[in-house]
Amino acid sequence: MGLTKEQLLARLQELQIVFSQYEHPVVLTVEAQDKKQRFYIVSALAETKVDLKVLSQRLGLGKGGLRMAPEEALAEILQVPLGCVTPFALVNDSARNVSLLLDQGFKSQECCFFHPLSNDMSIALNARDLDKFLNSIGKTPAYVDLEANPTVGKDQPPDLANLVPSDAAVLAVPVEKQGSSQGSEKIHISVNNQQNAVTGYICRMHHNDTFRPKLSSRNLLFVHCCDGQSMVLMCIVDLSLASKAVKPSNASSTKEKSSGAASSSISYADTDKFVEEILEKTKSIVLSEIKEENAEKYREQLATLVSNNISKLGVELKNIATIFKNTAYTEGFKAGIHHQPKRT
Amino acid sequence: MEQKTQEEDQIVTPWEVAAEKGGKIDYDKLIDKFGCQRLDQSLIDRVARLTGRPPHVFLRRGVFFAHRDFSDVLDAYERGEKFYLYTGRGPSSEALHLGHLVPFMFTKYLQDAFKVPLVIQLTDDEKCMWKNLTVEESQRLARENAKDIIACGFDVSRTFIFSDFDYVGGSFYKNMVRIAKCVTYNKAAPSFPSSFPHLFSGKDSLRCLIPCAIDQDPYFRMTRDVAPRLGYHKPALIESSFFPALQGETGKMSASDPNSAIYVTDSAKDIKNKVNRYAFSGGQDSIENHRKYGANLEVDIPVKYLGFFLDDDAELEHIRTEYGAGRMLTGEVKKRLIEVLTELVERHRRARAAVTDESYACMMGSRHAPL
Repeated sequence: MGLTKEQLLARLQELQIVFSQYEHPVVLTVEAQDKKQRFYIVSALAETKVDLKVLSQRLGLGKGGLRMAPEEALAEILQVPLGCVTPFALVNDSARNVSLLLDQGFKSQECCFFHPLSNDMSIALNARDLDKFLNSIGKTPAYVDLEANPTVGKDQPPDLANLVPSDAAVLAVPVEKQGSSQGSEKIHISVNNQQNAVTGYICRMHHNDTFRPKLSSRNLLFVHCCDGQSMVLMCIVDLSLASKAVKPSNASSTKEKSSGAASSSISYADTDKFVEEILEKTKSIVLSEIKEENAEKYREQLATLVSNNISKLGVELKNIATIFKNTAYTEGFKAGIHHQPKRT
Repeated sequence: MEQKTQEEDQIVTPWEVAAEKGGKIDYDKLIDKFGCQRLDQSLIDRVARLTGRPPHVFLRRGVFFAHRDFSDVLDAYERGEKFYLYTGRGPSSEALHLGHLVPFMFTKYLQDAFKVPLVIQLTDDEKCMWKNLTVEESQRLARENAKDIIACGFDVSRTFIFSDFDYVGGSFYKNMVRIAKCVTYNKAAPSFPSSFPHLFSGKDSLRCLIPCAIDQDPYFRMTRDVAPRLGYHKPALIESSFFPALQGETGKMSASDPNSAIYVTDSAKDIKNKVNRYAFSGGQDSIENHRKYGANLEVDIPVKYLGFFLDDDAELEHIRTEYGAGRMLTGEVKKRLIEVLTELVERHRRARAAVTDESYACMMGSRHAPL
């Protein structure tokens, strides 16, 4: 279980971070993920326009590499309830591989509002103190000009590449390619406060737009933003959705949950994935060696060179094969102990 | 006659390791003092021949450098008599560092190369007593450590992992008592195949090979003394030198100083930071001096670590030559080390992610291990 709000507040006090508490309507932070199941929290001021497509390039993930993370990831990795993504969720060990991108605009604000792991309250602290907290949990705060759109190309490496987590988070429910219902352009958020439940809808927007929340219902994904004065809702949308027509609401918003007890072991003994990974690694070696310069340099030896490099891959492939075998064997064992002999 | 005082001698016991004042551990002296034997090149070549694959990097680099009766084990193996491996861990802290991984990495190689079964003991009961942990906490630590151990890539179909709390009883306990009647020491039981009737039933003459760090030699010497009295083969040992701490070769790594070691949970950034900041360098204090005199390879930690983890002999030799001559700088060596360690830790983490409670249950399950 993740930390409770009370535990977090206690920890901040321990670190002697001064903060004020305000009870008020929900505000959330965006959680995004890339194709390799790496997760990012992007926290921004109200006025800041965040473009996931640009961020994706700046992180070195290519043009469409970043999209909103699904509900299960929220629950599992950040361990916060729906509607409550916050940089503070990084205190949980399950979130240790999540990368945090903070709007550099926070630094110029006297203070910003965040959720302390629950969305019926917000606390205001200034960026220095947020840093203090993040440092205490071993995270380095990364302030980014979220609106910047630098060219990323051969000679200009992606400027945020160092913010990509070094490894993927592992989910109990492996997140497969999202079906179209997943990519619902209507981002539903729930806004709750103690007085009444206000629900609003956020319409999908084109990446150049900012949009205004209107109504929402039980939500799929997150939201967020904060500024010095008030809690404002803002949302960022996956660009790939830009061209799709707006879809109708709730039916599509219930995610297809993978069949109940899908455990991570299943993905590790997945023959398709296993073979694909081997092929991908081999291909990348071949492709990286077969270049015009090398063809000149090595000529007839190029084949040998490539072949040698592929052999070096052997160690890594043996490791993943061992994981595969062990997982398969374990599943057999599990099946065996649960076996009920047929009644005659 | 010259008397050497106690303090001047190096101290190597299972509880404490310290070099002679200002120096480093003298392994030749150790071998003499303990009475075990050097693992020489002919033995290494023999291993390569018998297993049909190149010897493990730890053998090539002299990390595992001493043994007792390893040649007997190889003789028996050549005659078609298999053996089993035994290694263990006292689960006292959650984090495993690279020094802990070394014996497990070598054991995995032995298992793969010789295709033999392995038993892994988690001495949670001992830790519970000596470190004043609750029973439940020791068991929990044992389970967590087990997952890291399993992530080293042991063959689940040939590995039996057990925690003392869960397993001790039956034949194992009977052996413990038999041994206790001879000597007060409980780590001996797993060295005897009759302790594992569900794995080795009827194979009382099966030999046991124990990879361990050389400071464990005194423990196992006791076991070896007891064995003939109980009618068993003496367990064979294959022993490693110590994995040096990041800050230098003055002793072993310590779990109480996080900067003395690289942990399997360290991020790429942590590794980079720790190596750059804390790895003891044998380079000279200025670039001019360095180019003139070269690096002191005897004390340089990055080069030593590369000796453990960089598989490519040619590349290591190149680095040692260039760095020793002063043509390569400490920064470059550290950079290469960071790459190697990051890849290692990354691979481990990935494997670790695949280990579930079921994998642990599977390896703990009482079932026959095919020999």
